[in-house]
Amino acid sequence: MNWTWFPEYLPLLFQGVWLTIQLLVLSMVFGLTLAVPVGLVQVTGPKWLARIARGYCTLMRGTPLLVQLWLLYFGLGSVFAAFPEVRQSIFWPILREGYFYAILAFTLNEGGYGGEIMRGAFLSVPKGELEAARAYGMSPWKVLHRVWLPRAVRNVLPTLASETVLMLKATPLAATVTVLDIFGVILRVRQNTYITYEPLITAAIIYMALTFLITRAFNYVEGLVPSRR
Amino acid sequence: MTIRKMLMAAAAALAISATSAKADLVFATDTSAYPPFTSQNAAGQWEGWEYDLMNALCAEMNEKCTMIPIAWDGIIPALLEKKMDGILGSMSITDKRKETINFSDMYYNSAAVIIGAKNGDMDFSPEHLSGKTIGVQGATTHQNYVDKYYVPKGAATKAYQKQDEANADLAAGRVDYLMADGVALRDYLNSDEGKACCELKGAVPVDVDILGAGVGVGLRKEDTALLERINAAIKALAAKGTFEELTKKYGLEGLLTLPTKS
Amino acid sequence: MIPEILSFGDKGFGDELLRGTQYTLVIAASAYLIGICLGLLGSAGKLYGGAFARGTAAVYTTIVRSVPEVVLILILYFAGTRGTNTLLGYFGLGPIEVNGTLAAIAVLGVVQGAYHTEVFRAAIQAVPAGQVEAGKAFGMRGLQIFRRIIGPAMLPNAIPGLSNLWLIVIKDTALVAVVGNYELLSTTASAAAFTKRYMLFFLTTALIYLLITLISNYFISKLESRYRRGQTKLA
Repeated sequence: MNWTWFPEYLPLLFQGVWLTIQLLVLSMVFGLTLAVPVGLVQVTGPKWLARIARGYCTLMRGTPLLVQLWLLYFGLGSVFAAFPEVRQSIFWPILREGYFYAILAFTLNEGGYGGEIMRGAFLSVPKGELEAARAYGMSPWKVLHRVWLPRAVRNVLPTLASETVLMLKATPLAATVTVLDIFGVILRVRQNTYITYEPLITAAIIYMALTFLITRAFNYVEGLVPSRR
Repeated sequence: MTIRKMLMAAAAALAISATSAKADLVFATDTSAYPPFTSQNAAGQWEGWEYDLMNALCAEMNEKCTMIPIAWDGIIPALLEKKMDGILGSMSITDKRKETINFSDMYYNSAAVIIGAKNGDMDFSPEHLSGKTIGVQGATTHQNYVDKYYVPKGAATKAYQKQDEANADLAAGRVDYLMADGVALRDYLNSDEGKACCELKGAVPVDVDILGAGVGVGLRKEDTALLERINAAIKALAAKGTFEELTKKYGLEGLLTLPTKS
Repeated sequence: MIPEILSFGDKGFGDELLRGTQYTLVIAASAYLIGICLGLLGSAGKLYGGAFARGTAAVYTTIVRSVPEVVLILILYFAGTRGTNTLLGYFGLGPIEVNGTLAAIAVLGVVQGAYHTEVFRAAIQAVPAGQVEAGKAFGMRGLQIFRRIIGPAMLPNAIPGLSNLWLIVIKDTALVAVVGNYELLSTTASAAAFTKRYMLFFLTTALIYLLITLISNYFISKLESRYRRGQTKLA
């Protein structure tokens, strides 16, 4: 076993872990925020909006995330090449870095998958509770954010936990667009030292540890709100 | 019991098809197109200076050869895993790489250059590039060079898996400069996109330890017989003038240092 | 109507994309079948096996389900060849060169197997125990019970999971492009780089994957209604 590379690359590896966590948290937060209306509108909303949401989910779930990421990064990149004026705009620091494309692609993707999950979640809340809330005179918005949404999220927390793990497993794709997350650092180590297994095994162990932490965290949150089933 | 027999038959068939009859020599190059040295055209066929060289070497050695693409940042591990017989992808001969693999004699050498946006600013010294972003392909000597000379002076670097991804990002403006092989970048600068966006800044001062002394065929350390055959073939081709012919065919006169006719 | 660049024949990349799609489908289907075999083995190990079988299956599924596919693909790609060759070396057989496509199939198959294990395990457990006991009462033995009772009963339960895994394996084939394998996404990236028409090619490829998904969904729903015939319809 060849671990000579480890001390030298440890600081870079820490940065990589931090970047991975950033990618994960931001993508999940933005993605689920997007998923709530996408799922909700399929249950309540006007038919035409529901159809758009449905199509969006099908699109996100029917194409590989890697294709979506490369489409955004390289596709938009070729557009920027044609319009050099973009480089003067205030958005340029964002449009320049692969980091934002990764978060955008992951967010949009999570919006699609999460939309499906939230649709099922909203459907799973007993109608009686919603009727009771309305009987109290709550406005639709109050019903949503006091009863429907919390109950839906609570019902579907286990699925959200596995979604978060799946998102963690998707973060290595960011390395293909110059982001130095865990996987990006490991590739760098391999490029510089030609050592293959030990860095990959290290990465695997780190990801397993992160998965364990995520599962534990969700278990804790689930325990906070007892669910009588 | 029939299920068991079927499974065994399937396993045997799979094993047999997996074991390639070792008639061909397989050389690997980068998956990214690297014109004018190796690229695949719209019809899916390989073409380029290095591809023609491979065919010439193999004709000299009386072998049938094929070229396969392998992701560059895994190409040396792939060679060690015996996924192919040799690396023929403009791989520079460096001491660092020699620790892991063997190289044939060099078959060409060319300068490493920096290109950047078309703005007339021709200074590419490390101090001048401080604060700028330089794009390189991962696992290349150019990446090592930038890490050694430019990053300590404050430049940022972005590594790409393929050279054309790096080129695309230079055109898109996501990196300010690129460092790569002079001939490959010259080919890019001659393309429509390259002409519109970018210009050559200059050749970097040579550092033989990092940039190497030319490119050679990468081989496993234990394949000494193959190494000798390839070296003999290179010498034979040099004597015949094949290198000059190829260079002329691709319009690269003056840009390549070729093996001397000894 | 189709731009010339996508046309078939020498000038256009249409035929390259078609070949890439063929490879994708072949890799996906083969990996899926391997996944089913490994899944049946794994679920049997988890449900009926001794401590060793259960432990091995548990380690297998835990690792595969918590490590990203890209990392697994790289590990298995290199470790697999070396491991197989070392193993063959013990038997005195020469090293084999496994071509890239077969390696991709093997790797994706192993990854799929872990997920299939969970699907089959849940489906088998959902079969009413009484039916299995009835089979035992009739004097049927292990494999017979599986073939005649458990198999047909668990299949409708497994189909949603299995169909989901089919869609997953199609998308996972895109990941082997990172290793440089030949399939649809790698072909697309090469074509896009060659022509600099990134938007066009990636959009086309997204469309191709979408078509594969939609066609698969159609056949899956047909399959599901066939296997659920005779059961009470879900409300």
